[in-house]
Amino acid sequence: MMSTLITRRSLLTGLGFTIIGGTTAGLIVSPTFRDLVLATGEQLSYRTHRLIGRNALAPEFTEAQMSPVFRTNGNTMPASAVYQQQMATSFANWTLQVDGLVTTPGNFSMAALKAMPARTQITRHDCVEGWSAIGKWTGVPLAALLSQVALLPTARFLVLHCADDFDGQPYYESIDLVDAFHPQTILAYGMNDETLTVGHGAPLRLRVERQLGYKQAKYVMRIEAVASLAGIQGGKGGFWEDQIGYDWYAGI
Amino acid sequence: MNRTDTLDQSATTTARGGDVIDRHRLSTRLWHWTNVITLVIMLMSGLMIFNAHPRLYWGKFGANADYAWLQIGAENEQGYLRIGNLTVATTGVLGRWTDQGGTVRNRAFPYWATLPQGYNLALARRWHLTFAWVFSLGLLAYLGRSLWNRHLQRDLLPTTDELKPGHIWSDIKHHAQLKFPTGAAAARYNILQKFAYLSVLIILIPGMILTGMTMSPNLNASFFWLLDLFGGRQSARSLHFIFATGLVLFIVVHLLMVILAGPLNEVRSMFTGRFRLPEEKE
Repeated sequence: MMSTLITRRSLLTGLGFTIIGGTTAGLIVSPTFRDLVLATGEQLSYRTHRLIGRNALAPEFTEAQMSPVFRTNGNTMPASAVYQQQMATSFANWTLQVDGLVTTPGNFSMAALKAMPARTQITRHDCVEGWSAIGKWTGVPLAALLSQVALLPTARFLVLHCADDFDGQPYYESIDLVDAFHPQTILAYGMNDETLTVGHGAPLRLRVERQLGYKQAKYVMRIEAVASLAGIQGGKGGFWEDQIGYDWYAGI
Repeated sequence: MNRTDTLDQSATTTARGGDVIDRHRLSTRLWHWTNVITLVIMLMSGLMIFNAHPRLYWGKFGANADYAWLQIGAENEQGYLRIGNLTVATTGVLGRWTDQGGTVRNRAFPYWATLPQGYNLALARRWHLTFAWVFSLGLLAYLGRSLWNRHLQRDLLPTTDELKPGHIWSDIKHHAQLKFPTGAAAARYNILQKFAYLSVLIILIPGMILTGMTMSPNLNASFFWLLDLFGGRQSARSLHFIFATGLVLFIVVHLLMVILAGPLNEVRSMFTGRFRLPEEKE
């Protein structure tokens, strides 16, 4: 009896310390093992977050709680000739193209988008770097747009193609369908009761309120429904994901 | 030399200096060493994440145009740490320092304190947000196990006698004179140890985890009460930093005490569980 107890205990002890020591050694000496381990955090967070609240609403705030200054970041002035031309005409001819795995691809003018039922929300914008700003956004719910084009059953992600670029590399982002159909996910054309400024993404930017700032694509000109992100640009689902390795899931 | 067991109260009280007792349970030892690794990773990757925006705010929002109660930066080739109105020159350590390659960098925390060493927010976030799971699940498992085997109630919760001001004061005096318990008295945690371990176990580590969760925009939607508890996302970020500072202070004092109390016996006991009671003096 005594000896089985001791054996069982020493087995547990040995196993426990082997796991701790082995993992630590693996993290230090093997880059492959390290990458494998470090990829688990994003997956665990993504799956857990989807499990506990697919439709939970991001907190909304009052006007009194808004940031006095809402700073910009990323590109604040797209350089392309096409964008500059659109800007000169106050984006009167801007069209949003919605295509990919949809039943009826469509082009939406700014007038058409603004004619659709709008949603206004005061939400917090969180940059991956750590700062937050609270602002008021007005736009058309993405779900309403998607109901017009009707996604095919094979569609799993929406890719947002943007008019801005960094050294010729176009900005883009992507979201899953849970976020795409979330009631607070909108394509915003207004901010703080005014027309969206160029610095904040005029004429159209994404607001996906349960994720960080780099997911809030600005200067959106095309939305493409896809089955996989592998074939798009660098394949990781977004500009910063491709360039410097930010996690695709930015809910944390 | 007798082998006794702390789980048996009568054996503990009859133990003498020189006896070897079973001090630390397996769950305590495994959690301790898991935390050694995890905390090093969390603290160092956390400092790198801080470097991306080295300013702290109170309230629901906070960005460059808003008042930062703490800031690390560089101005006129001088590194500084600013807390409220107090500015301390920190060139060489904080705000402005020279890296391994001899290049001067204007970043908050220096390369030797961060993971990875060179500026990389994406990688630091991967380390931090992966090992946050180890940290959280480890705490849950340890708290559960310690309630179940009554380690928490029996060894860590202070007794009524220990909470008397006279007892606490005499313990403080003994610690100040570096007179540590010997013989049977060393078999159990003293009141200052209990305070230290309990504050880490039920305030600092849960505080780290909950303030960390409060910074997640997705978890804000699912657990909106976290924002109310800490007073907003930027307050949670500030508290996250303050709790981390508390943990670092704990680690410094903890290591100091281990060295003063006999490092070989102490470290060995955290591996094997067995602890040799210090000999009584006179």
